Amino acid sequence: MTLEIVCPAGTPAALRAAVKAGAHTIYCGFADETNARNFPGLNFGRAEMAEGIAFAHARGSKVLVAINTYPRAGAEHLWHAAIADAETAGADAVILADIGLLAFAAEHHPGLRRHLSVQAAAANSDIINFYADTFDVKRVVLPRVLSVPEIAAINAEIDVETEVFVFGGLCVMAEGRCSLSSYATGESPNMNGVCSPASHVKYSEEPDGLAARLGGYTIHKVGRDEPAPYPTLCKGCFTAGDKTSHTFEDPTSLNAEQLIPQLAKAGVTALKIEGRQRSRSYVAQVVRNFRAAVDAVAEGRPLPAGMLARLSEGQSGTTGAYKKTWR
Amino acid sequence: MDLTIGPNQFFWDADTWAGFYGEMADSAALRVVLGELVCSKRLPFYQDRIPAAVETLLDAGKTVALTSLALVTLKRERKLTADLGAMGVPVEINDLTALSHVPDGAEFWVGPLVNVYNEGTFRWLASRGATRICLPPELPLSSVQVLAALGAELGVAVEVWGFGRLPLAISGRCYHARLHGRTKDNCQFACEDDPDGLSVVTTDGQPFLAMNGVQTLSDSTASLVRKVEELRDAGVSALRLSPQTGAFGSVVAAYRGVLDGSVSPDDAARVLAALAPGGRLSDGFLTGARGADWSGVAV
Amino acid sequence: MHYAETPGSIPVFPRPAALALRLPPLAPLSVALTALARRITRRHPELLTRLGSDGAARFVIDPTDLPMVLQFDLRASEPHIRVLRRDPGGDARIAGPMAALLGLVHGVYDGDALFFSRDLVIEGDTAATLALRNAIDDAELDLSEEIDALPMTLSRPLRALIRFAERRTGVALTRPEEDY
Repeated sequence: MTLEIVCPAGTPAALRAAVKAGAHTIYCGFADETNARNFPGLNFGRAEMAEGIAFAHARGSKVLVAINTYPRAGAEHLWHAAIADAETAGADAVILADIGLLAFAAEHHPGLRRHLSVQAAAANSDIINFYADTFDVKRVVLPRVLSVPEIAAINAEIDVETEVFVFGGLCVMAEGRCSLSSYATGESPNMNGVCSPASHVKYSEEPDGLAARLGGYTIHKVGRDEPAPYPTLCKGCFTAGDKTSHTFEDPTSLNAEQLIPQLAKAGVTALKIEGRQRSRSYVAQVVRNFRAAVDAVAEGRPLPAGMLARLSEGQSGTTGAYKKTWR
Repeated sequence: MDLTIGPNQFFWDADTWAGFYGEMADSAALRVVLGELVCSKRLPFYQDRIPAAVETLLDAGKTVALTSLALVTLKRERKLTADLGAMGVPVEINDLTALSHVPDGAEFWVGPLVNVYNEGTFRWLASRGATRICLPPELPLSSVQVLAALGAELGVAVEVWGFGRLPLAISGRCYHARLHGRTKDNCQFACEDDPDGLSVVTTDGQPFLAMNGVQTLSDSTASLVRKVEELRDAGVSALRLSPQTGAFGSVVAAYRGVLDGSVSPDDAARVLAALAPGGRLSDGFLTGARGADWSGVAV
Repeated sequence: MHYAETPGSIPVFPRPAALALRLPPLAPLSVALTALARRITRRHPELLTRLGSDGAARFVIDPTDLPMVLQFDLRASEPHIRVLRRDPGGDARIAGPMAALLGLVHGVYDGDALFFSRDLVIEGDTAATLALRNAIDDAELDLSEEIDALPMTLSRPLRALIRFAERRTGVALTRPEEDY
């Protein structure tokens, strides 16, 4: 069976580009704090969502709507409305992280398929079975802390589908369990749908290179000819003990392209590409690449050579936690 | 309002660990959560001391709960989590995996590492048997007010993070091991050298975070000692104090003094800053522009 | 100027050509570009919606291989563009080879990738820059098409510029066909 490519779209134009490039499934969100890529100029209005879903359905692609931040106390109606509007727009599923929201969706929108967001960081079969039994979740997006053998072991003990990240930005921390960003800036993935928000980023050309600061904290400085990663907190250069280094993670991004055959064997249903903040040109290139790769694997052909390094942050790729030595 | 001692986040040797709970038996805190929160590899070093510590605390009249791990992935960790109930005290779940092992309707507590951001989640946990919920540290006062009011309505005690380096993130990767060029499986327990965590400083020399194995903490020590009035008005029933080395009895005493009105918040803040690793306090998550901010004068 | 540092994959204006551009007066270009920007925002109203409050800013667009900068003011309801010899300052500055900037507008390049590779340098209000980039990426603009639709007096200076640039760099300044 061919692995399903689940592709990001931050704008209607990116959604159309992804569909045309061969994405089986597209995920996107509404233009507000209900989704975890609440960035300036991104995401979908209600009408845009309905049009985007119609465009995808007409060409045989599915659309998942991410409503994967944690609703704010006193304002849950915004998230409840997002679920209702996703259903009305014809979404094939909603991607949720919050328990209260899962319970709400299961009760009030039983016909709307539910996926568990990576933001819930469900990292073992006990908790996945719990989500499946309690909220009738049909698919779980696995957190980026697991190795391939661990994913295989999980799939052997659960009945629901799993989706794993194969390309793009890499969370080093367990997703949905991190408030580094709000500590430095006041805005977090869980509450505001942003990490290391652009509004708190300042670049400045200084004598010793380009400095990137977030909330006043220097995240890194790079020399004139070095690649310049975005100042994501967990990929900064810091000093701990007597060592100055990328304390948490190098400024790299995930590229598990070469692991696709192993992920297929591990029983994974879908491969997810990160990057709703990236351009339609990026989306099209990455989708074409991965579609060719999964088609090759399904037909028993060798993987086409990778071509994606230039698109990556820091222009280098890692297979992240999929290889156990990453830990 | 009263005081809860949260689970120790750091790797202490067994004697230090046991000594700490002996001391807490005589403290002004009403309840204690103990056990391993951060890394299952640390547990064998002091596991056999847990029953005696629980007994000492119960004998001293404290209410005791046992914490789950913050991130459960390995088979051994799942087994450990499933067995938590056997100690005969309530389990504090800090990863929802633990909830999947709590019998339907049985009492449990919810720790600050479970994402309780709103009424829907709060109600759902209460309906499953939660009797005490410590809210995530990043919640602003407006959310705390809504949830504490709901807690009062549902009979669930609401706690907030009152003191200690903030648990900002948990990972599959061990940063102490990475710092020493080792993998997690061969970490050689590098985190034991840093009983309050290891400071992470920017290249401009600004203190920022602290590493503690697979956990990332704030550099600053959070303290809501200047926010007691607002929290009391909101209906928060307890402040959680997170263990650190040094005179922790003085930390507990300072908070008890503020709750009783016998010590002014600013006087207490001066005492706490002197005891905090690095001497920096923060309370920005509750009322500031960001978590790292401190509402008081720089001390 | 960093001609030598720009990777070969993104064409830059050769120096003599850039020098030649110093000669024409800039005022007609400012008028023509303002008219172009206003036409674009009228034809793509969703662009302004997407820009939102984050994008209501004054941008300095600096084609590093040309001896001029564009000040792109999006604070009022109608955009305003001024072409200047040197950087007048603004809320955000976006600098890179002309071909990279046009390639962004036409969806040939990915903004993050250009930024990671340092082909693009941004300074100042990062949120405003992101809003602008995302709004433009969604609008699927074709500048040549938009220019052709302008009145002759306005389109002439722009068309001359475009032809000049295409001849010199070999970069297609129209949007490539995306139906594959």
